[in-house]
Amino acid sequence: MNAPLLSLQGITKAYPGVVANDDVSFDIHNGQIHALLGENGAGKSTLVKMVYGLVQPDQGQMLLNGQRYAPPEPRAARTDGIAMVFQHFSLFEALSVAENITLGMENPPPMSDLARRIHEVSTAYGLPLDPSRIVGDLSAGERQRVEIIRCLLQDPALLIMDEPTSVLTPQEVEILFRTLRKLAAEGTAILYISHKLEEIRTLCDHATVLRLGKVVGECTPSETTAREMAELMVGREFGSPLGAGRTVGDVVLGIDGLSVRSPSAFGTSLKNVSLALCKGEIVGIGGVAGNGQDELLAALSGEILTPPDAIELLGQPIGHLRPGERRHLGLLSAPEERLGHAAAPDMTLTENAMLTGSVREGLTTAGFLKWRAAEGFARRIIEAFDVRTPGPDTVARALSGGNLQKFVIGREILQRPVVLVVNQPTWGVDAAAAAAIRQALLDLAAQGAAVICISQDLDELIEISDRFAALNEGRLSEPRDTAGLEIEEIGLMMGGAHGMEVAHV
Amino acid sequence: MDLSAINPALLLASLMVAATPILLAAIGELVAERSGVLNLGVEGMMITGAICGFAIAVETGSPWLGFAGAAAGGAVLALLFALLTQVALANQVASGLALTLFGLGLSALIGQGYVGIKPPKFARLDIPVLGDLPVVGRVLFGHDPMLYIAIALVAGVWILLRFSRAGLILRAVGENHDAAHALGYKVVRIRILAILFGGACAGLGGAYISLVRVPQWTEGMTAGVGWIALALVVFGSWKPWRVLLGAWLFGGITVLQLNLQAAGVAIPVEYLAMSPYLVTILVLVILSADKSRAPASLGKIFHASQ
Repeated sequence: MNAPLLSLQGITKAYPGVVANDDVSFDIHNGQIHALLGENGAGKSTLVKMVYGLVQPDQGQMLLNGQRYAPPEPRAARTDGIAMVFQHFSLFEALSVAENITLGMENPPPMSDLARRIHEVSTAYGLPLDPSRIVGDLSAGERQRVEIIRCLLQDPALLIMDEPTSVLTPQEVEILFRTLRKLAAEGTAILYISHKLEEIRTLCDHATVLRLGKVVGECTPSETTAREMAELMVGREFGSPLGAGRTVGDVVLGIDGLSVRSPSAFGTSLKNVSLALCKGEIVGIGGVAGNGQDELLAALSGEILTPPDAIELLGQPIGHLRPGERRHLGLLSAPEERLGHAAAPDMTLTENAMLTGSVREGLTTAGFLKWRAAEGFARRIIEAFDVRTPGPDTVARALSGGNLQKFVIGREILQRPVVLVVNQPTWGVDAAAAAAIRQALLDLAAQGAAVICISQDLDELIEISDRFAALNEGRLSEPRDTAGLEIEEIGLMMGGAHGMEVAHV
Repeated sequence: MDLSAINPALLLASLMVAATPILLAAIGELVAERSGVLNLGVEGMMITGAICGFAIAVETGSPWLGFAGAAAGGAVLALLFALLTQVALANQVASGLALTLFGLGLSALIGQGYVGIKPPKFARLDIPVLGDLPVVGRVLFGHDPMLYIAIALVAGVWILLRFSRAGLILRAVGENHDAAHALGYKVVRIRILAILFGGACAGLGGAYISLVRVPQWTEGMTAGVGWIALALVVFGSWKPWRVLLGAWLFGGITVLQLNLQAAGVAIPVEYLAMSPYLVTILVLVILSADKSRAPASLGKIFHASQ
């Protein structure tokens, strides 16, 4: 192989208390799709931030085309032909597609030319986009197209993609992969960050695995099994979740013709949603983000009130009850956004345990807080769910995503729910923690609770749920038994990739 | 009661004069808020501008130098706010309120020797032909230069925000400071510049009161105009022309109700005095019923590590 496009040599970066990257070295070649694999906290993000000039390394150097490369800021990186699609989209909701794109460019053409070029590039790569639309009105898949086209307009030599598929339907993933392969065939190098191993196996030519900031291995993904890569990543073996022969009982939660207007301007209203949830079963609800998931959780948790009969728990109408009253009856929920919705970021774990646990765990008397009982409850969650933290006095913000998610889900499970509703239980969580959370949900169902799991991770839904339904523009499809369900059928249930066409390679 | 004593041309002309201080302060605050900074210290920066402008105009004999000094004074006070909120990451609401209180006190201290003095006269523009037109000439073309500068500022801010790249970056910073930072824009630097612009404009607005509208120095003479300017920005949906409309509406009703009081209309004075506030807020609330909304990062503290 000829000389590498980008060569990392002994890159080290330390933050107070942690070494994010420790002597990391690897090469990326032109036309290569190079996977960067690792758990959360393995140092992938820090590493690409250094390549993109957001962070400067403490030691080591980078060579771009054989020249020393040390970008002091992202502008310099972009000028040198390095573009990045962020995991949390770096988009401005109130601005138009064209405005968003021009903000990410170094030498933007005038707006009129730009609109034409957006149109050209987007059709050439099978990612159609209307430059004048406001980003706040776009779906997650379309927003990602905005980011990708922003990068493509600058003819990058290296395109960095940070967990790009977490919000896409299978069809959209397919189209993205074709686009990426086309780019690679044209000579663009792609650095692809993901923890979805099957994706890496189908897409990438080469993989570098990081663990605790160090390179622990390199492999050719198509010749390595997903299990081998996962063990390399985690550093030990771990088992797949096991369903323990659950028995499905009577209906405990009935949703009947539920229609809810979205409280947010950019949200999706629920339209005539019906579902019967039985004791001991897990119903998985898939769908692309922004199709009514948040609204469904809010309607079930009691954040949005509905007519009483729209939701029934154990035969009792509860649509008009507030969250506390629903908790009292046994309907618990864990929303998607860990920091700010499921947990108060600047409050301690004890306080957070009290926030949802006070009703069912009896953590208050006559309006006064029982601190000792609350702390005990927090400790029980920490122990039972292996939450890695110095103790219950730590503030929620200080926990890593995976640990906080284990705490948030564990907090609800320990309150012995009759029905538990979770939204994106393993979003942005590393593989080991995700496996633990899925196992906990399966165990909960085996003990007789009913679970609704809203998620965008289809593999997860297929793995744990008994029945699967999809949300599409606020409508819920008929639930289907998960066993024997093909991924194409799921894609169709999710509404497919409408308005998209395959890249003309 | 003698309504015929009210001269419509004179009324319209004085409306524009009454509206200018609010307009200047509001357009500055609009820029700051569009960059995501909520500066509640407008009143304090105005009154500081009023005394700085007054003092310098009296000492040098030049109203122009006075206005320059007023802008500088307002900007210096704004710099204090910028240091507190952008560098020390202090709460913007508390810092803004403190700035108002500080500005009121500071201006009273500086102004001790200037009570009862007349400032140098700020000449009206003498535009040939246009200024001689009947009615229109008096209403539109017979004012001092600062009034036109204020309107030009509104137009300039509109053009900047709407059509220029600098304006787009400013809006982007106010909309999502984390994303702007990820793209490599200097969030803190842009915000400090916007705060300074806001301070300078508020200073000009204050000096317009002490040098043109009143013209004299009294303690606390801005009398809440800064708060009106803040409200106008919000009810004007962060849009420059709506802020201009709001300022003229407020100025117009203020002047009208004074005229009505003078004409002895049989409405209690208290109702007349509150009418500008009520009508302005009512009209702008109705206008802001469309889907325009506040900059999404408004008032949030930005720290690069999060």
